[in-house]
Amino acid sequence: MKTINFLKPNKDNLQVFLYTGSILFFISLFDVFLSSFLNYNLTSFLPDILSFWLPLVFGLIGLHLLRIEFSGIKYLDLLNKNINTSNFNALLTLLIIFIIIKAMPPSLSWFIFDANIAGDTKEACTGTGACWTYIKVWLRRFMYGMYPNELQWRINISFIILIGLAFVGYFAGEKLKKFLTLYYVIIYPIIAYILIYYLISGGSFGLVWVETGAWGGLSLTFIVSFFCLIFCFPIGMLLALGRRSDLPTIKYMSVGFIEFWRGVPLITVLFMSSVMFPMFLPEDFFMDKLVRVIIAISLFEAAYVAEVIRGGLQALPRGQYDAAKSLGMGYWKMHIFVILPQALKLVIPGIANTFLALVKDTPLIFVVGLMEIAGMLGLAKTNPKWLGFAMEGYVFAAIIFWIICYAMSKYSYNLEAKYKTER
Amino acid sequence: MADPIIKIENMNKWFGDFQVLKDINLSVEKNKKIVVCGPSGSGKSTLIRCINRLEEHQKGNIIVDGTELDENTKNIEAIRAEVGMVFQQFNLFPHLSILDNCTLAPIWVKKLPKKQAEELAMKQLEQVQISDQAKKFPGQLSGGQQQRCAIARALCMEPKIMLFDEPTSALDPEMIKEVLDAMVNLAKAGMTMIVVTHEMGFAKEVADEVIFMDEGLIVERAPTKEFFANPKNDRTKLFLSQIL
Repeated sequence: MKTINFLKPNKDNLQVFLYTGSILFFISLFDVFLSSFLNYNLTSFLPDILSFWLPLVFGLIGLHLLRIEFSGIKYLDLLNKNINTSNFNALLTLLIIFIIIKAMPPSLSWFIFDANIAGDTKEACTGTGACWTYIKVWLRRFMYGMYPNELQWRINISFIILIGLAFVGYFAGEKLKKFLTLYYVIIYPIIAYILIYYLISGGSFGLVWVETGAWGGLSLTFIVSFFCLIFCFPIGMLLALGRRSDLPTIKYMSVGFIEFWRGVPLITVLFMSSVMFPMFLPEDFFMDKLVRVIIAISLFEAAYVAEVIRGGLQALPRGQYDAAKSLGMGYWKMHIFVILPQALKLVIPGIANTFLALVKDTPLIFVVGLMEIAGMLGLAKTNPKWLGFAMEGYVFAAIIFWIICYAMSKYSYNLEAKYKTER
Repeated sequence: MADPIIKIENMNKWFGDFQVLKDINLSVEKNKKIVVCGPSGSGKSTLIRCINRLEEHQKGNIIVDGTELDENTKNIEAIRAEVGMVFQQFNLFPHLSILDNCTLAPIWVKKLPKKQAEELAMKQLEQVQISDQAKKFPGQLSGGQQQRCAIARALCMEPKIMLFDEPTSALDPEMIKEVLDAMVNLAKAGMTMIVVTHEMGFAKEVADEVIFMDEGLIVERAPTKEFFANPKNDRTKLFLSQIL
């Protein structure tokens, strides 16, 4: 019988290594699992220090024994290749698994087991975990702000119509396909504006007028993000082209504009839009606070979008410009049909980045007194009846923002895949 | 002697302080095929890029088909629409299919109806024998096929003059022939052509005249047979002895 070299696991004694390795590995996991979930120390008979480090030692030896080269077992090879290539990687793998196991019981009990959701007063929250009652009671405010309860159907209907209209592209026939860009870039925003102006704002057709100061919560987040995204993109595109223009006036105006807006913090821009800007306007001229905010954020983000798109324009080889010119295309035809389609495709990740930042910047509109979801949260947590639940509120807002942003980022990956053609 | 379709008089061009073209005088008559050769850096590519103003000249005149090239953008665009150009790196539009590459300019510059443009494009693609690839994208084609598509794309504008800027230099040897064949066919159909190339076989077969350039000067211009049989300038003799 051959001697088994435990320092160098190999395929010859596959079974021996496989079983001892996995047993040691699972013992270490089991020990950590018991101590964190059931608060039971399997190795309490050992000195403290030894009992503390034992799972790690067992795990490391286990993973070492499992590191069998070319074992021929698909999943074992995969495991070895990805998380168990060396002792150091095995150590990192173990530590991460331990941290996840350790973190699970407290977070689970805070989120679910020790949490309360029943009742509608602060007193209903008796557990040591989260008080979801707070979220439940304030949910309408988080969604609609100070918009009157009995009128909230107007927001709901507007959003349902807008979401429905957004999917028109999927059902459009071949003949209408070429109008889709026009629809999404021009017609859709106009419909959105009309809906918001007449239905959400009201004031005509027998609908009660609701001033924009009362709008708020998640619906305001959507309204602000939507219009800012739509406006900042074309403005940014023109600025990017302007910055590369041969005409000095246009070039330096674009450079000046971009550098100005990139140089100031968004919060000061918002403050100025609501406090300083009206001072320069004629007495009888009135522009709604929300409109001013949307314009301010759009211009601010347009400067960033411009620089992202400029990166794409510069990445295109000169030959593309030459070829378009040699076919007799003028500046606009060349850019619309040849340059921009390629440049924009290249900068989808950068644009997505900017757009995500924009959505997450919307809470800053609290400085002008508009309360979107995070703003409403700030209001709710200072309500004397509901003191002490800031944590639940921010976790809730974080989850909502994460869902929105993750959806956007997923969508950008889809766009990337869709427009990928071989070069 | 017929009126020249391209007339260049005392043309000078600088890149910064470096003078690339020195006092170029050149006139090309309709239906003539001119081959321009010379060592790299001699200004031959710049010369033909000046003819459709992809490069600006600083002194002298260029008159193409009766129109002088100057700051007037409308004139330049009109000239470019009737001067086709084929590049060393093909420069197809990678985001458009082969067919769309060919129909883009006819539809948007010449305002042809889509259907008519597509028929024209298919005809031209057939001429260069890649009509079966029409639905593919440039990235899916071989270099030779891409260059033939580039020729078809230029021809779809029904140009009066075709400029070729080293059309075979970026190709594998076995693909050069298919591109040259397409060019020979075009020459036989009577197109006015100016070709920058090192393919002396092509020059011997189709060129009416050969121009030899060096250091920004036109050193020698002669009818093809005379150029190869009996070059006058020493620099030309040296160049020919090195490449033949």
